[in-house]
Amino acid sequence: MSARRIRISLEVNGEPVEAEVAPRQHLADFLRETLGLTGTHIGCEHGVCGACGVRLDGAVVRACLTLAAQADGGAVETIEGVSDSGEIADLQAAFEKRNALQCGYCTPAMLLSAQELLLENAAPSREEIRDHLSGNYCRCTGYHAIVDAVEETARQRRGGPA
Amino acid sequence: MKAPEFDYARPASLDEALRLLADGGEDARVIAGGQSLVPALNLRLAAPPVVVDIGGLDPLRGIEAVGDGLRIGALVRHAELARSALVAARCPLLTQAIAHVAHPAIRNRGTFGGSLAQADPAAELPACALALDAIMIVASRSGERRVAAQDFFRGVYETALAAGEILVAVEIPALGADRRFGFAEFSRRRGDFAIVGVAAAATKSGGRLASPRIAFFGTGDRPQLARAAAAALDGAANDTNTRKAAREKLAADLDPVEDSTASRAMRLHLAGEALEQAIDALWREAA
Ligand SMILES: Cc1cc2nc3c(=O)[nH]c(=O)nc-3n(C[C@H](O)[C@H](O)[C@H](O)COP(=O)(O)OP(=O)(O)OC[C@H]3O[C@@H](n4cnc5c(N)ncnc54)[C@H](O)[C@@H]3O)c2cc1C
Ligand code: FES
Ligand code: FES
Repeated sequence: MSARRIRISLEVNGEPVEAEVAPRQHLADFLRETLGLTGTHIGCEHGVCGACGVRLDGAVVRACLTLAAQADGGAVETIEGVSDSGEIADLQAAFEKRNALQCGYCTPAMLLSAQELLLENAAPSREEIRDHLSGNYCRCTGYHAIVDAVEETARQRRGGPA
Repeated sequence: MKAPEFDYARPASLDEALRLLADGGEDARVIAGGQSLVPALNLRLAAPPVVVDIGGLDPLRGIEAVGDGLRIGALVRHAELARSALVAARCPLLTQAIAHVAHPAIRNRGTFGGSLAQADPAAELPACALALDAIMIVASRSGERRVAAQDFFRGVYETALAAGEILVAVEIPALGADRRFGFAEFSRRRGDFAIVGVAAAATKSGGRLASPRIAFFGTGDRPQLARAAAAALDGAANDTNTRKAAREKLAADLDPVEDSTASRAMRLHLAGEALEQAIDALWREAA
């Protein structure tokens, strides 16, 4: 049977969530409007800007290109969850120190994407950092400071100096 | 923008999915990774009455060795293909090409089958399928049929898939130890669709290349085989004359489109550059 309302149950930042959604609602709107998690930003709503990045089952995805219905049974982590757990506190501090954010619109997804890279590659080159963040647009910083902050965090996590 | 309303179903079996699609009529749509369909919905370029989510269908998953080839399930995500040691060993062309498909977050959800079904003329994977002589395995309520890549891509976003059909898997034949590959692409920025690109495959035979298949993308309304250029390369010596002869044939093989990104002449020039890079890669490997 196909339907206009779908019951979904998923985990969001470690908490179980049950809800009824319209199939057309994407995950970014569900997180922001239904759950009030407004750290997930929305820019273009067609996959180009990267502002809506969240983790779904461990991988960073575009929340504007994922239907809330498709997240049924999944585990979502947003910037709120990843901030509260302290997982990226060092990365956030490096962004602040290096001026890797100005308006902050791109920052939540930028942090999640950078953390995804650092988890799979402890010593990325500047080129690899740029490559991994290529789908995250920043209209303020010019990227250089962002690459610096990610590089510095990688170095510190390997036990090097700041 | 927000997507229009539609009905949604997530069937648990291929039979159920095929029935839902048949019941949904001409305009019912499959959703796999959603990385092309959801943008189209959000931009209201698509307004299907029913969307059938095939994400739960296990028979469409997985990458397997079959003989000296591969079988790649339609639901294999780009990121999974990129990480596959089996693909890297048997068909490094795909490993190389997938790094050029979109950005990491899109590769985490987009699927192999979805990219082929989408048939964007500037997409990497359809051209790889053509160069590799891949076979599409297509299911409908009346059974299964096999479609060669050559007959599958029909135009801009157009394939041989009829209403009610689902692409189940792709078979890539003949990936033996003597196979050689080349790939090159020009795009404006990392992750963008190509302005022009090429995927090439050939068989190594006594230091020369036999039966090369050279497929361009971004040059027309679908991926295109450069037959004259391939003929110039087939069995010829590894030297500048061969490379030059093959490149000169491109004007006969391709009739590139002109758009806001590139003129016809620029596309033809880039196609020539891409071809030379691909030929160098094929030869390097054949040595
Ligand atoms: C910003 C951005 C940049 C991108 N850059 C590139 C790029 O450089 N190169 C590139 O190749 N792609 C690019 N893409 C597209 C991306 O690769 C998509 O993942 C892919 O084209 C579609 O796969 P999907 O699983 O997401 O398909 P979906 O979006 O779910 O479906 C796409 C179409 O195929 C149909 N379909 C899907 N699966 C099947 C099936 N098994 N059987 C029958 N029909 C099916 C759907 O009905 C729909 O019409 C980009 C996308 C975005 C948003
Ligand atoms: S809002 Fe999702 S990519 Fe721009
Ligand atoms: S800080 Fe403003 S968009 Fe990146």
